[in-house]
Amino acid sequence: MLYTTTLILKLKRDLLKTTQILDIESIRKDFPILKREVNGKPLVYFDNGATSQKPQVVIDAVSHYYEYENSNIHRGIHTLSQEATNAYEVAREKIKSFVKAKHSHEIIFTKGTTDSINLVASSFGKKYLKKGDEIIISTMEHHSNIVPWQLICEEKGAILKVIPINDKGELLLDEFKKLLSNKTKLVAITHVSNTLGTINPIKEIIAKAHALNIPVLIDGAQAVPHTKVDVQDLDCDFYAFSGHKMLGPTGVGILYGKEAILNDLPPYQGGGDMIKTVTFEKTTYNELPHKFEAGTPNIVGGIGLGIAVDYMNSIGIDKIEKYEHELLAYATEQIKQIEGVRIIGEATNKASVLSFVVNGTHPSDIGMIIDKLGVAIRTGHHCTEPLMNRLNVPGTARASFAFYNTFKEIDIFIAALQRAITMLK
Amino acid sequence: MTIKEKQEEIIEEFALFDEWMEKYQYIIDLGKDLPIIDEKYKVEENLIKGCQSKVWLHAELVDGKIIFTADSDAIITKGIVGLVISVFSGHTPKEIIDADLFFIDKIGLQEHLSPTRSNGLLAMLKQIKMYAIAFSTKANA
Repeated sequence: MLYTTTLILKLKRDLLKTTQILDIESIRKDFPILKREVNGKPLVYFDNGATSQKPQVVIDAVSHYYEYENSNIHRGIHTLSQEATNAYEVAREKIKSFVKAKHSHEIIFTKGTTDSINLVASSFGKKYLKKGDEIIISTMEHHSNIVPWQLICEEKGAILKVIPINDKGELLLDEFKKLLSNKTKLVAITHVSNTLGTINPIKEIIAKAHALNIPVLIDGAQAVPHTKVDVQDLDCDFYAFSGHKMLGPTGVGILYGKEAILNDLPPYQGGGDMIKTVTFEKTTYNELPHKFEAGTPNIVGGIGLGIAVDYMNSIGIDKIEKYEHELLAYATEQIKQIEGVRIIGEATNKASVLSFVVNGTHPSDIGMIIDKLGVAIRTGHHCTEPLMNRLNVPGTARASFAFYNTFKEIDIFIAALQRAITMLK
Repeated sequence: MTIKEKQEEIIEEFALFDEWMEKYQYIIDLGKDLPIIDEKYKVEENLIKGCQSKVWLHAELVDGKIIFTADSDAIITKGIVGLVISVFSGHTPKEIIDADLFFIDKIGLQEHLSPTRSNGLLAMLKQIKMYAIAFSTKANA
């Protein structure tokens, strides 16, 4: 039986190869790091949830900027400054189109998802939160979507409410509805769980919150690289994501916010670029998006992210999603055949994240051994300690796939995992 | 045996292994075989929490020598912890304070001491020295 299943899966895989959704061989050539070896073995990079690899075009854009365009943006009178400003603003425009925002000034450049959420927690909290108010998050949030809210709640005497999950790792929507009240000031939920891969029904969540005029922030760090995001269709008030998880450079991310609500919020940080006029008596703030972009930004990061978006568009997000889904299905079937493996996170609707534990072994031991075999996965609590406590595991081993990964790499990973288990048992 | 001699012995032993597999298998087996801490010492105050794995370390002074016992929830860490304990345990505080730890580098396990591993090992080594300093201060008081 086991053999037959394997055989069918292998056949399915071969079939997929012939009717390939993506030209993987050619795509892999675009990512120079995929050619390298680790510990004498070809690198199998399954830590895409932590950060993605970068295509040559992004790497080139970064060095080209420093070689030909480098200068400070927005206030320069000279040609270089204008060229750099243009490149930066073109990138903003590309990102706006990528997530289907209405205006490019609704796209705020930040340091990353964490920074974006901190911005909202601070500015929104300052303006709207008071003692006894409530913020709703969920059990599966990354620490980045827990701690900023805890900080502002502590400051304001507000209360954090948490949506529970079932054992499969899905949000309990009925419980969510019960948590909503006239005390709720904001709902902050992840689109895709970084630990479990669960894709949350955020459109429904947003609609339920909006019915009571409660704004919603979505943590999209794990969603934007893998699935189509349309912020207008979702109708979310804020949507936060990172550049480095979607082929872009590190240190740059985005906060999307609806124009009206962004105009309403006080600035997050003070400094250059965010002002209109400054006197010692009174400062007037610049317009969106600059109001939230104090200081010289990560110019090259923004430009690189724009190129990353171009690259993703050239592949097609629909194809990426479909192919990654095939990878996840194949890996899930394969891993299920290994005795003692328990998958953590079995939501019906899942992105390309495969978290698991192996009975009688510690995730870090698995991670260390398969690293020796060239396979990079992540182990630990994945910055979701409350979730680990809820699921009663000390941590998990997590393989997370990207569209440049292959079925063959999954075979290598499975073989490495089997070898690790043999050593550890 | 001195701390130095014990380390040299471990280095000699590891020289027999040709490849990483054998080395890791040895450490894993060491981790499995060693019940290196009394359950009653596996308490919060003896816990060194790494991001990846946990290490418990207990120390007591017996006849002027420090006896270390330790444990970890991860088996590779536990094996390495076992080696470290075998090197330091049974020595006077002064010997431990003056000792130079070199065997981990020599047997090619230095990556486990990197702060990015955050497995509690590096913190445990610091803790061992701290215990030695604390016991020696107590003895001199």
